[in-house]
Amino acid sequence: MVAARGLTKRFGDFVAVDGIDFEVAPGESFGLLGPNGAGKSTTMRMVGAVSARSGGDLTVLGLDPDDHGPRIRAQLGVVPQEDNLDGELTARGNLVTYGRYFGIPRSVCAQRATELLEFAQLSERADAKVDELSGGMKRRLTIARALVNEPRLLMLDEPTTGLDPQARHILWDRLFRLKEQGTTLVVTTHFMDEAEQLCERLVVVDHGQIMAEGSPAELIRRYSSREVAELRFGTDRNEAAARVLAEVGDRLEILPDRVLVYASDGEAILEQVAARGLRPTTSLVRRSSLEDVFLRLTGRSLIE
Amino acid sequence: MSDVLAPGRSGGVSALYAGNARAVVARNLAATKTSNWTVVLSGFFEPVFYLFAMGVGLGTYVGDVTLPSGLHVEYAAYIAPGLLAVSAMNGAVYDSTWNVFFKMRFARLYEAMLATSLGPLDVAFGEISYALLRGAVYATGFLTVMQVMGLNLSWTAVLALPAVVLVAFGFASFGMAITSLMKTFQQMDWINIVLLPMFLLSATFFPISVYPAPLQWLIQAMPLWHAVELVRGLTTGDLPPSTWWHVVYFVAMIGIGLTVTTRRLRALFLA
Repeated sequence: MVAARGLTKRFGDFVAVDGIDFEVAPGESFGLLGPNGAGKSTTMRMVGAVSARSGGDLTVLGLDPDDHGPRIRAQLGVVPQEDNLDGELTARGNLVTYGRYFGIPRSVCAQRATELLEFAQLSERADAKVDELSGGMKRRLTIARALVNEPRLLMLDEPTTGLDPQARHILWDRLFRLKEQGTTLVVTTHFMDEAEQLCERLVVVDHGQIMAEGSPAELIRRYSSREVAELRFGTDRNEAAARVLAEVGDRLEILPDRVLVYASDGEAILEQVAARGLRPTTSLVRRSSLEDVFLRLTGRSLIE
Repeated sequence: MSDVLAPGRSGGVSALYAGNARAVVARNLAATKTSNWTVVLSGFFEPVFYLFAMGVGLGTYVGDVTLPSGLHVEYAAYIAPGLLAVSAMNGAVYDSTWNVFFKMRFARLYEAMLATSLGPLDVAFGEISYALLRGAVYATGFLTVMQVMGLNLSWTAVLALPAVVLVAFGFASFGMAITSLMKTFQQMDWINIVLLPMFLLSATFFPISVYPAPLQWLIQAMPLWHAVELVRGLTTGDLPPSTWWHVVYFVAMIGIGLTVTTRRLRALFLA
């Protein structure tokens, strides 16, 4: 569906996307994971045929976006990072009008709008104006809007940023249904739980470059251990404690607020910590996540 | 279903235009119905109030005005076409400047439109068409008021309607070109600085023969003077052959406006 080779975007001297390669296969859900400013949104805009690339090759649905923007966009559903719903229209009006932008006949738009309002659990708010909807509802309406042209490829830029946990789960459920129906998804996120929930395969992006590629499980296996022990000793004592723990576990990460010990068995680590006479104020053992992969690859957290 | 599209024609205007400007017009009609029909009403009443205040009220003291051809007309019949031209200008300029600027920079409406199969030219044509449609509705209303008040002095007044649409087209395409060059609200204020003196001085309320020659030339270079003269000629029936120059002026204005707008939209949205 999408193939990028050496894809580059420069804004003056600033290189936002620095020669990245990736492919997205039909029916796949593909993720771009990285911190804010990594170049994810810029990449999405180039794939979405609304921003011309500065270098490299890009085909979307087999066509070059530089030459075939409107034809490519006709087959895409785009959910931008910030909602850009039409504030002067109702929820239903947004769906019908957006369908008309694709040249879809009005009667078809009206029927799809009814179905999509149902899908987005907004049937009861169909005639409400956009400003009267909650953040989660707006987000679901934006996703419904992106589906009105029955796209082959749905692109979601930070789909759940700014939503409360309940709203996020409703949204993930809706996206999961689309995935089950075979819709190809491209998702950017800086939440590792979201990437784990939604993406079969992902690339980790930082400073406009791809650091690693694989399924969430593969990436964790390759770049992290099975479990992690998180230990907090207090802000000034983390460094000192880490020196004592140098030989414990497979690997250590010292963060300002805590020490992470990577190992296959986290409980065993806690015992070794106690055996060395250290008493962390709090400790917990968890499975490794993509957050740990990112930390390993870049030395930084995803969310500062 | 195949996962690639067959290559078709490419490049040129097809990257900018999907031939679907009517979807943008339909959007504006839906928004008018849902949200801002009161604004539309006020747009109709503004010139009507001016006509009653200045034409009927002030006109009682002013008496008749002599047109360049020697024709005497009552003051209300003199300024009514001027007000019609001004309202065409104001409506078209508002729609193509403030309205477009707001949608572009704040409502991010165009961003949403351009993520679909619409191109920048669809958006530009759609916005201009809606502005013209609204202008034509206002003009029909105002010409009806003029007819009822007996201010249309010739059958050619019927032609004032297409003339007003031409005038609105000129201002709308030019306004859009200017808006696409603007970045801040402060810059937008310059538009008002140009519009207000043009409104007051362009033979709207009195003939420009009262001015010294250099000032007359300056006013004759401005678009509103051409608009007022064209519409007044049609409603009064006082049509010298030079009337065609006013038409040519607006055709040129449309050409320049559309050319600049297209170039700017390409640079703004497909960079």
